[in-house]
Amino acid sequence: MLSLYVPGDSVVHRARAGLKLAVLAALGIGLFLVESPAAMAGALALVVVVGVTAARLPWRALAVQVRPVWLWLALLFGFHLLATDLRTGSVAVLRLLALLVAAAVVTATTRVTALVAVIEWLAAPLRVFGVRPARIGLVLAMTLRFIPLVAEKAARIREAQAARGADRIRLGMAVPLLIQVLRMATTVGEALDARGADDAPARRPRRTAAAS
Amino acid sequence: MRWGRRPAADADDAVVVPGAGIELRDVEHVYGERVVLDGVSLTLTERRVGVIGANGSGKSTFARLLNGLVVPTSGTVLVDGLDTRSQARAVRRRVGFVFQDPDAQIVHPTVAEDLAFGPHNQGVPDDEVQRRVEEMLDRYGLAGHRDHPAHLLSGGQKQLLAIAGVLAMRPQRIVFDEPTTLLDLANTRRVARVIDELEQDVVVVTHHLNLLAGFDRVLVVEDGRVVADGAPAETVPWYVGRMD
Ligand SMILES: Nc1ncnc2c1ncn2[C@@H]1O[C@H](COP(=O)(O)OP(=O)(O)OP(=O)(O)O)[C@@H](O)[C@H]1O
Ligand SMILES: [Mg+2]
Repeated sequence: MLSLYVPGDSVVHRARAGLKLAVLAALGIGLFLVESPAAMAGALALVVVVGVTAARLPWRALAVQVRPVWLWLALLFGFHLLATDLRTGSVAVLRLLALLVAAAVVTATTRVTALVAVIEWLAAPLRVFGVRPARIGLVLAMTLRFIPLVAEKAARIREAQAARGADRIRLGMAVPLLIQVLRMATTVGEALDARGADDAPARRPRRTAAAS
Repeated sequence: MRWGRRPAADADDAVVVPGAGIELRDVEHVYGERVVLDGVSLTLTERRVGVIGANGSGKSTFARLLNGLVVPTSGTVLVDGLDTRSQARAVRRRVGFVFQDPDAQIVHPTVAEDLAFGPHNQGVPDDEVQRRVEEMLDRYGLAGHRDHPAHLLSGGQKQLLAIAGVLAMRPQRIVFDEPTTLLDLANTRRVARVIDELEQDVVVVTHHLNLLAGFDRVLVVEDGRVVADGAPAETVPWYVGRMD
């Protein structure tokens, strides 16, 4: 679910990240106010159409997001069939699906930097309490950067242990992984220092050459 | 425009002596009980300086002293007249640092974002940051990877990205700590060429001795002391001879 940006210059790509997030939030609220299966199906169809035609995204970009939760949606549907009824079940499933696809469209058409900038903007009022919004943005960006890296390290350790015949020990993996991650964290801290993270301006520099 | 957050920061520049080089005076560094560097005094003014020595001899510690990532336990390090102890920020602006493992140095999820990180931190205006990002993408053949996740780059491309991220900050000098240790032969040569073409003064810590062929000066570190110091034609064979 990381780095899902699909480069392009469609209308949706060019729309402001803040607007896209606002629409997404509004859709989220709207979908929970309505309870009709037809409206849900309509919403799902609409976001799919927006994603595929307006944003010109490949089907794959949307499917990738939905695939990991198929099973849960199916279970949810089954649960509703047993506990409530077909109508409630389809509303619940279609609603989640519509939201998921809508979120996929937003993430696929918006750069992480732009999303992070919106979050920094939202966090700006916290400045009063001494919070530095740029810091929040950096932490988010670094999380997105390092999750795949840690996953990769974990996979490598698993391979190394499997190569030595340990194909059952899962807990044993945690120790070398932790050591590797901590060691890297030290260097990352130094790198942040070396790259001036501490010098970060209190505000984002304006898009003019006037600041000097 | 000033943000008024660090009023004294610019006063640092008052004492800059451009071209004075990096001077170490009686530097000693201790981790816990262990003396890692011991009585190092020298001045680096050459364009290309190499540092070699066995594992654990203190090379990385030495390298980190040069841009103030490590402050010596005793003694002084001056970069163009700036003390790394009291003017760390100004020193770090002048001296870039490239680490062995680019994965630890790349902190943003995509290539272009990571290139923008350093100059943005320096307060460079957005349009100038963008200009530098374009320049670096072009110069290091990363233009096709602009929005790609950094973790999908090859090892060689990651190291180029790490170097480009430092260059985007326009430092006067760059310290490299084993920049080619994790690379294959082709990428080692590529990075060697990149370093060779830099207009900045560089200090390179390495175990790849052939990287140092065209260098002006090579230091050999052993147990925290500089035991040999001179042209690579003399120091490198001397170092190799000591291994036998
Ligand atoms: N942060 C630290 N805390 C404690 N000891 C350290 C620290 N960093 C380095 N050392 C120790 O200091 C000594 C010198 O380390 P340094 O990393 O400078 O050596 P090096 O010459 O770079 O070695 P290598 O070739 O393996 O990179 C080593 O014994 C190391 O264990
Ligand atoms: Mg080292």
